Amino acid sequence: MEQVPLAHLLILSSALFFLGIYGFFTRRNMITMLMSVELILNSVNINFIAFNKYLFPNQLEGIFFTLFIIAVAAAEVSLAIAIIINLFRKFNTVDVEEVDTMKF
Amino acid sequence: MNILSLLILIPLLTVVGILLVKSDQLIRKITLAGSALQVIFASWLTAQYVSLRHAGATAQMLFESSRVWFRPLGINYHIGVDGISLVMILLTAVVVLAGVLVSWKIEKQVKEFFFMLLLLSVGAYGFFISLNLFSMFFFLELAVIPKYLLIGIWGTGKKENNAMKLALMLMTGSALVFLGIVGLYFASGWFGGEHTWDIMKLSHMHLPMNVQVILYFLTFIGFGVFTGMFPFHTWAPDGHSSAPTAASMFLAGISMKLGGYGLLRVATYLMPDAAREYSWIFIILATIAIFYGALATLMQKDLKYMNAYSSVSHVGFVVLGVAMITKVAFAGAVLQMVSHGIMTALFFAAIGMIYDRAHTRMSNELGGVLKQMPFIGTVFIIAGLTSLGLPGFSGFVSEMTVFVGSWVHTGIFYRVATILAAASIVITAVYILRATGFAIWGTITRKEYALLKDASWNERWAAVILIVGIVLIGLAPFLFMHLINADVQEIFNHLHAG
Amino acid sequence: MTLDNIVLLIPLLPLLSFLLLGLAGKHISVRFSGVIGSVILGASLVLALITAYDYFFAIGKQGGEFIPYLTAQLNWLPFNSDLSINLGLVLDPISVMMLLVVTFVSTMVHVYSLGYMKGEERYTTYYAYLGLFTFTMLGLVLSTNIFQMYIFWELVGVSSYLLIGFYFSRPSAVAAAKKAFIVTRFADLGFLIGILMLGYGAHSYDFFTLIDRLSHPGSSYLVAMTGASFLGMSTLTWALILVFIGGAGKSAMFPFHIWLPDAMEGPTPISALIHAATMVVAGVYLVARLFPIFAVGAPDALTVVGYVGAFTALFAATIACTQTDIKKVLAYSTISQIGFMLFALGVAGWGPGKTEGFTAGMFHLFTHASFKALLFLGAGSIIHAVHSNEMKDMGGLRKSMPITHITFLLAALAISGIPPFAGFFSKEAIFSAAEQSNPIIYWVGLIAGTLTAFYIFRLYFMIFWHKTPDAHAHNHEKGEWAMMIPMMLLAVGAVFGGFIPFGDFISATGKPLELPIELSHIILPVGLGVLSIVAAAILYRKESDVPQRIVNALGGFYRAAYRKFYIDEIYLFITKKIVFKLMGRPSAWFDRNVVDGTVQKTGSLTIALSHAIKRVQSGKLQAYTMYFFGGVLLLVVLLLYKFA
Repeated sequence: MEQVPLAHLLILSSALFFLGIYGFFTRRNMITMLMSVELILNSVNINFIAFNKYLFPNQLEGIFFTLFIIAVAAAEVSLAIAIIINLFRKFNTVDVEEVDTMKF
Repeated sequence: MNILSLLILIPLLTVVGILLVKSDQLIRKITLAGSALQVIFASWLTAQYVSLRHAGATAQMLFESSRVWFRPLGINYHIGVDGISLVMILLTAVVVLAGVLVSWKIEKQVKEFFFMLLLLSVGAYGFFISLNLFSMFFFLELAVIPKYLLIGIWGTGKKENNAMKLALMLMTGSALVFLGIVGLYFASGWFGGEHTWDIMKLSHMHLPMNVQVILYFLTFIGFGVFTGMFPFHTWAPDGHSSAPTAASMFLAGISMKLGGYGLLRVATYLMPDAAREYSWIFIILATIAIFYGALATLMQKDLKYMNAYSSVSHVGFVVLGVAMITKVAFAGAVLQMVSHGIMTALFFAAIGMIYDRAHTRMSNELGGVLKQMPFIGTVFIIAGLTSLGLPGFSGFVSEMTVFVGSWVHTGIFYRVATILAAASIVITAVYILRATGFAIWGTITRKEYALLKDASWNERWAAVILIVGIVLIGLAPFLFMHLINADVQEIFNHLHAG
Repeated sequence: MTLDNIVLLIPLLPLLSFLLLGLAGKHISVRFSGVIGSVILGASLVLALITAYDYFFAIGKQGGEFIPYLTAQLNWLPFNSDLSINLGLVLDPISVMMLLVVTFVSTMVHVYSLGYMKGEERYTTYYAYLGLFTFTMLGLVLSTNIFQMYIFWELVGVSSYLLIGFYFSRPSAVAAAKKAFIVTRFADLGFLIGILMLGYGAHSYDFFTLIDRLSHPGSSYLVAMTGASFLGMSTLTWALILVFIGGAGKSAMFPFHIWLPDAMEGPTPISALIHAATMVVAGVYLVARLFPIFAVGAPDALTVVGYVGAFTALFAATIACTQTDIKKVLAYSTISQIGFMLFALGVAGWGPGKTEGFTAGMFHLFTHASFKALLFLGAGSIIHAVHSNEMKDMGGLRKSMPITHITFLLAALAISGIPPFAGFFSKEAIFSAAEQSNPIIYWVGLIAGTLTAFYIFRLYFMIFWHKTPDAHAHNHEKGEWAMMIPMMLLAVGAVFGGFIPFGDFISATGKPLELPIELSHIILPVGLGVLSIVAAAILYRKESDVPQRIVNALGGFYRAAYRKFYIDEIYLFITKKIVFKLMGRPSAWFDRNVVDGTVQKTGSLTIALSHAIKRVQSGKLQAYTMYFFGGVLLLVVLLLYKFA
């Protein structure tokens, strides 16, 4: 079977990464921003898997790393959602523009 | 334990004492006992010092001892006293005692107030006995922060702004001092073979001229800010105007003297070549301060501003004496520090007493103080006469010593500086007598003033203690001259040895 | 008791009086405080008499010459091994003479004040101040050291200040006290600088060391000080002129005379003691003290003294003729008479036959003390009776105040130089000294002397004649013995003081000196004096409009003299307009706005800057991420640029 070239995978992960960045910068809803962060993480995961597969096929570090990132991301999501819920209770909104009391 | 450490320990133990008790009255009594004990101890120490000298002690510093504080940086708790530091310690003890007495009636946050006062005095004592530049700096800083709080919390008028200005300007001064002493530390390593903060060791090192110049200006200007040297003096009038009476007394009586002592002991003593070469700049600044300070005083209506500006003028004599670099002028500078310290404390005490009663400090709104409150009026007149240099009081002795010391230089530049400085005492007479004429003499200006009471017992004692100091220096200056003579000679010789 | 202790006690007794009455005054009954002060002063006077006897007739003379006797030495303020301020007491002819004058007049004034100040609110304080003044004045005359003299010089200044301002609820008294202190302080600046110069040049402040080092031609110190010159005059001349400026301030010489007439705001006995007999002659005493240095080292300075004295003598006498306040007339008269003393010193020189002026000046100081104090005490008792200082409120008082009338007349004759009263002898000595050495000064002095007789008799006739006495007036003097006895005692001095063979005791060299009285010299001054008295009698014995017509004829000159030649206005202009407006106000403004302005500006600039950059911290999460991402991008670009 013809292998998918590495470049394609990298293009995919870059696209995912910049989509995530774009989403993070433009979305005002914190949940959406969180989702964008997940996209970024996933793009990194793809990179790890791809490089592991193409550069060091006999080793498993890249896959381990990906698994770690998924676990950490899960923890991070739960934390982030807890924060967002608390913010919602206090400000009655999840719009990030409204939550700007930590300044000056 | 070294006996000198008691100077720091006594106020510290007093602090512990007042932290433990609750009753305001007890706090006052403990503070009073502590500061009285300190005066007794300082006098005893002086007696010991004199008898040791008579017994033939020739070391430059007596009661010397040194302990490691922080070895990696070579910071030691190195203490010792000579005649100059002893008179400064006596001054501090007397002013603190008087300040505590004057503040007897403070009702707001009594514990914190006396805590701050005592902390300030710890800083001053520590500064005067330190022979290590780092610990000296440590104590210098210790004396700054309480001032900010004293003015900010217990002050009057635009107290926040003025407290802030004072703290920031003094902090700038200490920043310069810090740069200077860090510079000395590294310079001692590069050029003297050993990194050290120790004044005694540093004085034996010969640093290159260009290094000395930089460090001289850093430390002289830095300590100059504390002294209220022109043009870094503006913290003084504003700070005083807002400060509570005792804080004003400390500020002008002790704090400005920290700077003067630093000018002599650090800036001039440790950078002898630069001092000889560049002190003329500070002669100019001092002359300006003396003359122009006196002129600016003429225009002040607020008695506190008047005394603050007059302090700028009088402290100019300290800077002038130090910058003149003759033995007699050094002696004059030291005497002027002591004299001005006591005198200005007395002046602020008198002004504070008037303000507490009449609720105004404007000389044109007051009048008839002498008639209504003879004791306070007399205290004011005595302080004024001291300020204008009347013989029999301390101001005369110190100013004349500075003049005689300055006259040793023959150049026309020095002559003009001395004559201008001498001319300022005429202007001093003008503003003192104007204020006396308006505020103290004459008749009372408002009906309600007829009910005002004369000084209470605590105020009387405070005034009497300070007046005794003034008169003692004024009538028996030889006592003090003998105490400091050898030490100013030593500094002078040091400056002319290289 | 040894002489040393006696001499020490003379100044210490008045000090004791001051401390006793000043510190414990509240616990002493008002009735006794005056008596205590007077008794203590009386004791001091007795001791002074003993001292004078001892000095002049027992210990003072060695080898036909009076030499100084030093005692109670104290190294007060050591500056260097060879320079220090020493305190001490000295007896020599002039200090002993001053000792007598001060203690005598002071005792008289103490006693007089028992009556004059009776019922005053601050009676005890008044006596305390009197004690303080007497102490400081005695300290001044007994000084062995020029710095010591400066110390007491300032102290007499302050006691004078306190006494002028004794009625401190009166604004005019406050102003006068202030003026007196500040004007003399200004002059003292010259004194101080002169002292510094002398001390620097001669390495000593002791009078006798100074004289020793600076009055022997060829002494190395003298050569050094006369060798160096500044603006055409030698250092020594400058130093002595500066010292004399101090003396001129205290002695109210032109242009520093303005404080003395105002000083009359004080109680009248004070004017008699301080502003007529003792303190104001301190300047004369100072010049006399340093006379050998003046005469040998700096004759130019002595010439300045002479001209200043002569000019002031004439100037003040002119003003005295126009004043209407009796104390002001006496004040200007004092200024004028001190001018006489100073020009007498000024015309003297060093060497045989030239020192007569010195003795004459001292002699006049001595006689003047008694008759001028008497005139003031007389004026005091008149004011006490009439309750006014203005001449127009008086007149015809000879019946109701007989003792005052007689004593005043005697004093007036004495000051006019009519033989055989005291003033005649001293004035003759002055004129004869001046005639020999300086004709200009002689003629100026003669005119001033003539005016003296005129203004003093104008005063006399205006007070005691002028109007017809009120037949029913009761005797104002009844029961005022405390006031009358001092006046009578002073009158004795005014009448007989001139018969003392003054030259035997006091001379510049210490050797006896004959003061010749020749008829040819007497005729002119005495004749002019008598003529002026007659003129004054014609003009003022009866009320008439002649004086007013003369005033109108003189016009502008009279007005100028009446307004004291506008010197006060000039001073006021200098202080108010120049010192306050042109120097004080700009300094204060500069300090507030430029120096402190810089500080405040630094603060506000820092705050403005922080306001500007605080926007970066917006609290917006996405903005922060944007910065972060931008930063990463920048780094990436930099790295690529570096490695690619």
